[in-house]
Amino acid sequence: MYRYLVRRILWALMLFIIITFVTFVIFFMGPNDPARAQCGGDSAKAACITLVTEKLGLKKPLAVQYAYFLKRLVVQDSLGVSYQSGQSINQVVASAAPVTAALVFGGVVLWMIIGLTVGILSALKPRSMLDRTGMVFVLIGVSAHPVWIGLIFLWVFSVKLHIFPIANYANFFGAPADTGLPGGPWQWFYHMILPWITFAILFAALYVRMIRANVMETMNEDFVRTARAKGAPERQVMMSHVLRNALLPVVTMLGMDIGIALGGAIFTESVYNLPGLGRTLIIAINSNDFATVEGIVVFATMAILFFNLIVDILYAWVDPRIRLT
Amino acid sequence: MALLEVRDLHTSFQTEDGVVGAVDGVSFSIEKGQTLGIVGESGCGKSVTCLTIMGLNPKKVTVSSGQALWKGKDLLTAKPSELRAIRGDEMSMIFQDPMTSLNPVHSIGKQLIEAVQLHRDVSTRVARARALELLKAVGIPQAQNRIDDYPHQFSGGMRQRVMIAMALINDPDLLIADEPTTALDVTTQAQILQLMKRLQEEFGSAILIITHDLGVVAETADDVVVMYAAKVVEQANVDELFNRPQHPYTWGLMGSLPRLDADVERLTQIPGQPPSLLRPPAGCRFHPRCPHVMEVCKTKPPDLVSSPQDADHLQACHLDPETKEREASKLLKMMMAESG
Repeated sequence: MYRYLVRRILWALMLFIIITFVTFVIFFMGPNDPARAQCGGDSAKAACITLVTEKLGLKKPLAVQYAYFLKRLVVQDSLGVSYQSGQSINQVVASAAPVTAALVFGGVVLWMIIGLTVGILSALKPRSMLDRTGMVFVLIGVSAHPVWIGLIFLWVFSVKLHIFPIANYANFFGAPADTGLPGGPWQWFYHMILPWITFAILFAALYVRMIRANVMETMNEDFVRTARAKGAPERQVMMSHVLRNALLPVVTMLGMDIGIALGGAIFTESVYNLPGLGRTLIIAINSNDFATVEGIVVFATMAILFFNLIVDILYAWVDPRIRLT
Repeated sequence: MALLEVRDLHTSFQTEDGVVGAVDGVSFSIEKGQTLGIVGESGCGKSVTCLTIMGLNPKKVTVSSGQALWKGKDLLTAKPSELRAIRGDEMSMIFQDPMTSLNPVHSIGKQLIEAVQLHRDVSTRVARARALELLKAVGIPQAQNRIDDYPHQFSGGMRQRVMIAMALINDPDLLIADEPTTALDVTTQAQILQLMKRLQEEFGSAILIITHDLGVVAETADDVVVMYAAKVVEQANVDELFNRPQHPYTWGLMGSLPRLDADVERLTQIPGQPPSLLRPPAGCRFHPRCPHVMEVCKTKPPDLVSSPQDADHLQACHLDPETKEREASKLLKMMMAESG
C-alpha cells in the first residue's frame, strides 16, 4: 500500500512538471507579446516595451524562463501578476475558486444522488416505468448542451415563473455591506440551485447509464450466485456483493470526470453569470491577459491532479486487487 | 425417507426466441451420505436441475413444476425465507468456475465468516475460528496466514478448496457440486475429487455431483443419472450402469472415455451436436445422433422403464433387450481388451 502511495505521488509530481511546462510553452512562446500587452496593446510605446521585456526577463532562453516561473510558483507560492490590472493572480483565483468549487461539488453531489438512485433502481427493475423514464432522461441529458439547458431554465423558471433568481452569485458569508447585493447561506443556496441542476444534468445522465449497466452486469456474476447459495438475503447480496463491485469503476470515473466537469463549469458560469474560474478565464482570454489565463490553467491542473490522487488512493482502499500490483 | 427426492421436475425458461424446456420430467432421490452423479453433455439440463432445487434460477423468466422434496418438504413451493434458511446451511453448493465464484473485493476469511453468520448466531471470533478450521480441513497451507488474503491471491485449485470450505462450513446434509473440477487442470482435479471424498466421510454429507465426465462418476458416485437434452435417458447404480449400460447415449459416453493404455486413434466420439432445447427433435431426442436408430425412434418418445435384469435400472430406449445386451457386452469387451 505504501509503495503504491509513493509511486502514485511521484507520478503526480511528474505530471505536474510536464503539464506546467506545456502550458508555459503554449502561453509564453506564442505569438503574443506580454510586454506589449502590459504597455497598453497596439498603442504601446517602444520604451515601455523594452523596459517591461527586461523586467520580465522575456529575452532569456526558454528553460531559464521556465525555471523562473517554476521558482516563483514553488518557492513564492505565486501564480504571478495580471498584465492588465496588475492584480495578484493568487487573489484572482482565491476569489473565483470558491464559486467554481461550490458549483462543481454541489453538482457532483447532485449528479451522484441522481446517478445512484435512478441507476440502481432501474437496474433492479429493468423495463419498468422508472427504467424507461430514466432512459429518456439519459437521452435528453447527453444530447442537450448545458448552455441551452441553462438558458431554457432561466427563461422558464426565472423569467416566466419567477421561482428562481435571474443569474448572479450570492456570497455564502454575506455580501459586502455597501453593495446591497444578496448574501448569506440561504441566498447562496437559492442562487445555486439552477446552476447545479444545469451543471449536473449531463453527468447525471451518463452516470445513470453507467451505474445501471454496471449493476446489471454484476448481478449476473458468479460470486453473486455464490452469495445467494450461501443463503444471504437479497438486501445483503445487493449491498455487500453487487454494489461494492459495481461501483468500483464509478470511483475511477468520478476522479476523471471532476476534471472534465471543471471545464464544463465554464458554460454554466457564463450562463448564470457566476464569478468563478471559468468566467474569469473567458474574460482573461478576451482581454489577452495571458498571465491570468496561465495562472488559472496551472491552478486547475493542480486541482485535477490532486483529485485524481485522492481518487486513486480511495480506489486502492476499496479494491484489494490494486494494492499489490 | 430420502434426504432429497426429486419427482417429475420440469423447468423452462422464457427467452426472446420462445420457451426453452431445460429440464423435462427428471426424477431421482438421494439418501443420507450417498453420492449421486448426474452426467451429460453441456446444455443437457444438469446444472439447471440443481439450480432449480436450490431456487437459484432467475425468477422472472423461469417456470418450474414437479416436486423437490427436501426431508419431505417441497422446495419448489417453499417461501424465499425458508429456502434461504436451508441454502448454505443444510444444503450448499459449489460451482464450476472457482475463478469467478468468490467475491474479489472481500477477503476469503470475510466470505467464510459471512457464510457462518448467515445461519449461526455467533460472534465474529467464533465464526473466524470455524473458518480457519475449515481452511485447514480443505488443505490450504498456512491457513492462519492466508485467511485474510483476497481471492486473486489464490490459484484456481486453492480457490475451489476455499469454495468447498465455504460449502461445508455449516456442516450441510447435502453438497451439490456443479462440475467442481471442470475448470481445473488434471492433477488438481484428482486432488479436489479426493478431498471431496475424504470430507464426505468426515462430514457425512450426501453429494450431488454434476459432471460431463464418466470417469469422475466412476470414481465418486453410488448412483448415476444420465441426462440427454433435458430428459433422463438412463439411471442406475454405478456398478450396474458400467456393467450393463442400456442406452446408446451411455455407450457413446463410455466409448469416448480416453484411456492412458489405449491406442489414441481408438477414441470414439458421438457424432453431431446436442439438439436445441428450443425445438427438440420429435420422438427419442437422441435419434438424430444414434447409430442404432429405427423408424419408431423418430416419432414415439421412449418411456423411462426398468431394464429386464434390474428393476432399479431405468432406461429410455426402443431397442430390443437382446440388441442392448449384445452391444453392451461388445463395448465392455472392447474396453476390457484395451485395459488388458
